[in-house]
Amino acid sequence: MSMVLFDVPGPKARVRHKIMAVVGIAAVAAALVYVVMRFIVTDQFTARRLDWINYKQIQLSLVEAIGNTLSAFVVGAVLALVFGAIFAAARLSDHGWVRAPAAVIVEIFRAIPLVIMMFFFYYGLPVAGVKLSAFTAVVISLMLYNGSVLAEIFRAGINSLPKGQSEAAYALGMRKTQVMTFVLLPQALRAMLPTIISQLVVLLKDTALGFLITFEELLRWGTRIGGDAVNFGRPMIPVMIVVALIYIGLCLLLSWLATYLEKRNRRNKKVIKRDDNKAEMLVLTGDAQG
Amino acid sequence: MSVLTNNLDLFLRAFGQTLQLFAVSAVLSLVLGTLLAALRVSPVPVFRGVGTTYVTVVRNTPLTLVFVFFVFAYPLLDILKIEPYTAAVVSLSLYTAAFVCEVVRSGINTVPVGQAEASRALGLTFTQMLGSVVLPQALRSVVPPMTSTMIALLKNTTVASGFAVVQAGNIREQLADQGDNVLIGLLWVALGFVILVMPLTYVQQVFEKRWSVAR
Repeated sequence: MSMVLFDVPGPKARVRHKIMAVVGIAAVAAALVYVVMRFIVTDQFTARRLDWINYKQIQLSLVEAIGNTLSAFVVGAVLALVFGAIFAAARLSDHGWVRAPAAVIVEIFRAIPLVIMMFFFYYGLPVAGVKLSAFTAVVISLMLYNGSVLAEIFRAGINSLPKGQSEAAYALGMRKTQVMTFVLLPQALRAMLPTIISQLVVLLKDTALGFLITFEELLRWGTRIGGDAVNFGRPMIPVMIVVALIYIGLCLLLSWLATYLEKRNRRNKKVIKRDDNKAEMLVLTGDAQG
Repeated sequence: MSVLTNNLDLFLRAFGQTLQLFAVSAVLSLVLGTLLAALRVSPVPVFRGVGTTYVTVVRNTPLTLVFVFFVFAYPLLDILKIEPYTAAVVSLSLYTAAFVCEVVRSGINTVPVGQAEASRALGLTFTQMLGSVVLPQALRSVVPPMTSTMIALLKNTTVASGFAVVQAGNIREQLADQGDNVLIGLLWVALGFVILVMPLTYVQQVFEKRWSVAR
């Protein structure tokens, strides 16, 4: 852990820390007990409110909802990666007339909220006679926003390689494309893979915004079953706990993959030491998006 | 153009609400996030555990789910009645706090251990060390990413449009009710956000260039 702020504790400090630990555990336990008490007092886990689990049709619809979330994620991720690669290449171009429009497009799509993009494609375009399904609207918006962020990540990754790499390659007489494909990209990609996967976690979370444009994904399934007052007496709490666990589980799986790759990179001597961590910061802060 | 000029007061009111929602949530999330960061670097393992669990859970939960919880599920618990607006503020603050915490923590971690060790060797007290050695350095690496986090918060306020909270995301509904052109209206909303976000991005880049410390 971060030892910047503290010396190794002496005997007095250790006693103090133990007392604080006891207080901390008591506070956490009290909070948990309170929440569980509220659950019990308001009857959130009665048989009626858990009955929905028994229905085969609901189980199947849950699987279908997860499938919709995942397919939006997979299609969105592939498109975003392609979009990101193209625009990163454009932003790294030597020609100003390619670089400038690419920069403008990337900056604009990073500035517009995803919700507004989804509204635009789902509610806006039909006015002009183009009717898109909710799935398409979600996927296109995910591609434009996350693709733009990925473009910045790719660019930051390539820029963070030591200058000597490209200089040496140019000195060997390689052309710009060769320098990029043989020298810079392989090294950048290897070093960037964990970061790219972290951005895909953001993309997975963003699929839940499809809820706002009636895309039939996991969260919408949750509000439908959870809001069913007639058959199950509004089991919103248990259903939302299940939905949250599924989301957190899926995201954690991806995060773990990222952490695993990062650890492997750290051990691997082939992975180059980069000059800065701009790309990682891009993900860390972009992560705060929906 | 007529969509904007005919509904100018609607646009201004909605964006005003967006900014208000943003300002309140920003302050709350900065306070809560800093507290969480303090927990995460604390010498007491339980506090660290609480901080880490909170950040891990929230970072892996979609914001929309947090909104759904506070708007649809929380009222069933009969604890304290909250308005949709309050629910939006609570959701946005709790969600953003996790990211503020990560930014602050990574900022503190960029200060080399030697800095604190050296100040202790010089006989500085804890407050002196924190106030005149660690925090000024940490702040430099915290401010640029914090600006990005706040930009994300500003954009996230639009998620509230699904939950009956008036802000820029709702302009669409109101335009649709009046029979105005939604397509053009949404383009104006998007432009509004570009206008709000671009200066912040610019400020962030200036900070980043001016304050980047070679380590």
